[in-house]
Amino acid sequence: MTLLIKSSFKILSQISLINPVRTIQIGSAKFLESVIEPEYKTKCTLIPGDGVGPELVLCIQNVFKAANVPVEFEPYFLSEVNPTLSAPLEKVSSSITKNGVCLKGILASPDHSHSGELQTLNMKLRKELDLYSNVVHVKSLPGIKSRHQNVDCVIIREQTEGEYSALEHESVPGVVECLKIVTATKSQRIAKFAFDYAVKNGRKKVTCVHKANIMKLGDGLFLKSCQEIAKLYPRIQFETMIVDNCTMQMVSNPHQFDVMVTPNLYGNIVDNLASGLVGGAGVVAGASYSAECVVFEPGARHTYSEAVGKNVANPTAMILCSVKLLSHLNLRPYAEQIKDALNRVLNDGKYLTKDLGGQSSTTEFTTAVINNLR
Amino acid sequence: MAALWIRKIIPLKVADVRFCSSNLHKCTLIPGDGIGPEISVAVQKIFEAAKVPIDWESVDVTPVKGSDGKFGIPQAAIDSINKNKIGLKGPLMTPIGKGHRSLNLALRKEFNLYANVRPCRSLEGYKTLYDNVDVITIRENTEGEYSGIEHEIVEGVVQSIKLITEEASSRVAEFAFQYAKDNNRKKVTAVHKANIMRMSDGLFLRCCREAAQKYPSVKFEERYLDTVCLNMVQEPSQYDVLVMPNLYGDILSDMCAGLVGGLGLTPSGNIGLKGALFESVHGTAPDIAGQDRANPTALLLSAVMMLKYMGLNDHATIIETSAYDTIKEAKYLTGDLGGTAKCSEYTSEICSKIVMQIK
Repeated sequence: MTLLIKSSFKILSQISLINPVRTIQIGSAKFLESVIEPEYKTKCTLIPGDGVGPELVLCIQNVFKAANVPVEFEPYFLSEVNPTLSAPLEKVSSSITKNGVCLKGILASPDHSHSGELQTLNMKLRKELDLYSNVVHVKSLPGIKSRHQNVDCVIIREQTEGEYSALEHESVPGVVECLKIVTATKSQRIAKFAFDYAVKNGRKKVTCVHKANIMKLGDGLFLKSCQEIAKLYPRIQFETMIVDNCTMQMVSNPHQFDVMVTPNLYGNIVDNLASGLVGGAGVVAGASYSAECVVFEPGARHTYSEAVGKNVANPTAMILCSVKLLSHLNLRPYAEQIKDALNRVLNDGKYLTKDLGGQSSTTEFTTAVINNLR
Repeated sequence: MAALWIRKIIPLKVADVRFCSSNLHKCTLIPGDGIGPEISVAVQKIFEAAKVPIDWESVDVTPVKGSDGKFGIPQAAIDSINKNKIGLKGPLMTPIGKGHRSLNLALRKEFNLYANVRPCRSLEGYKTLYDNVDVITIRENTEGEYSGIEHEIVEGVVQSIKLITEEASSRVAEFAFQYAKDNNRKKVTAVHKANIMRMSDGLFLRCCREAAQKYPSVKFEERYLDTVCLNMVQEPSQYDVLVMPNLYGDILSDMCAGLVGGLGLTPSGNIGLKGALFESVHGTAPDIAGQDRANPTALLLSAVMMLKYMGLNDHATIIETSAYDTIKEAKYLTGDLGGTAKCSEYTSEICSKIVMQIK
């Protein structure tokens, strides 16, 4: 796909070189644009991802174009299931480091990698950039019918260690040991992040999700780290909850939760569970933070590969990601413009995708958002 | 032809003998702590009304100091379960920070209870946001994340080991398929995270695939844990029997219980090599202990599971329908279900329904 795009770009540029009239046209168009737009365009790395990712990214690009957003994407195709087309990880990560922001679709992680590695590409990217914190704000959206109403919680997940360490070995045939690593440094870092987030966003309570009754040392360390950090924030209420009880409470009374801080795997579980409560993977946005950069990606990570090419995927999550991206870049007017348009479309209920009980296609939904830009 | 005929008769005969046998089955009862004794009495009353041929052998599992100086389960209790091979257990209190490990865990280890079965069904009469839940979670119960192998490598760095073995994985996978087949279930879903833990969960998944081949009549599918979590809260009816490693099972079984109204309504059974232990998994509720306000449903349904396991299906069905009917009529509901009835009123209502059915 990228190869095709690249080659077509090449051909185009060649044509423009050959054809002087065309160059003039492009030149004039550029000239016109520069009059309307601010001179400076923010650069943002773009990873379309697998499954329906490329389709959704296209929606974002269309919306951005329509809203005249001064953001220029730097697209890189990164994929584990399609290694031949994938851009090298170093290139992508250096682009993200340079730009500081990235919009990313979901990367599929197959059960077996082609090279027999245990680490997935997602893990490598997170390690490389030290994207230690994943923040998913699960909030009921207007116009979406679901069993639970008025859900509003933030799940903050440590995502560089824990169960996702990719340290596994077969001691004897038929016996596999899988290491889960918990360190005090990283646990304290995520706990501090969670409390800082709570303070900054005017949240009242932080809940630490763990399983320290069984994993006394591992989760115990995480719990202890959270408790230590909690002492530094006397104005934020702190409570702890065992992960199985947490999932049970989540489905029966999700309103009791505010900010939750979790180790890696539990975060993955709670993210998905909470997303399910408000309408599914298609409507929840998330972001991964390092000290230096932010990667915006949908909150519940599903590639929805069975829908590729069918034009049925819901772009809401991706649009919300881009809204977060814009407000992160301090382009708030654009962010609000797009968010308002999205809310109008959802409230209207005329152009909903299949997962929300509607009949519209991805493109129809996107067009509706564009038409509602004001 | 003759062989066919004989084959037809033999299983029938076995079943007949089982049902008609007047000799009592002995069964160990661990009433437990807190509300445990009250709800155990309720279950015993109901069983009496249904004339279930069971002789209860009540034992106490309060930890005693063993010969090695450690606190553990009294030998008498162990012997009783070993002899009877079947037990029913109320909730047990796990004292925090007293130095001895949880009794639940000890019992599990002692009797090698490798599979935990938790059926979750929406109850008519008790309305939750979900009314079409009917899933059975089967959880590997002896290893995985709960292996208990942990150490601090240097200060501030802890490594916990998740242990997955082929033996235990195949055992629970085969149990799941056999259970599905025996209980007329259509589909088994293996829940895993093999995209992240490629070797360990990969091994578990492989064992499930192998077991699936031995049971062609049961449909098999594989799902990632996060996908199951996402879909379960949106459309629970798409799942039937779920089989998974220890931690995932712990989380999902509680979550499913949450869908249908909490742990007070869901039974649980632990199947082992040397016997089976059925239990209610809710807490001891010390705040309402002794006030006749507890809800015995979970323990009762666990006891019904036990009857089914023992092959006393007729008794099981009678008790089960009586309990379901009582909840459906919603005349005698305990406090946790939004009613005002006492535990004893709820119990006697079920008993009277049973007596009607037997007549």
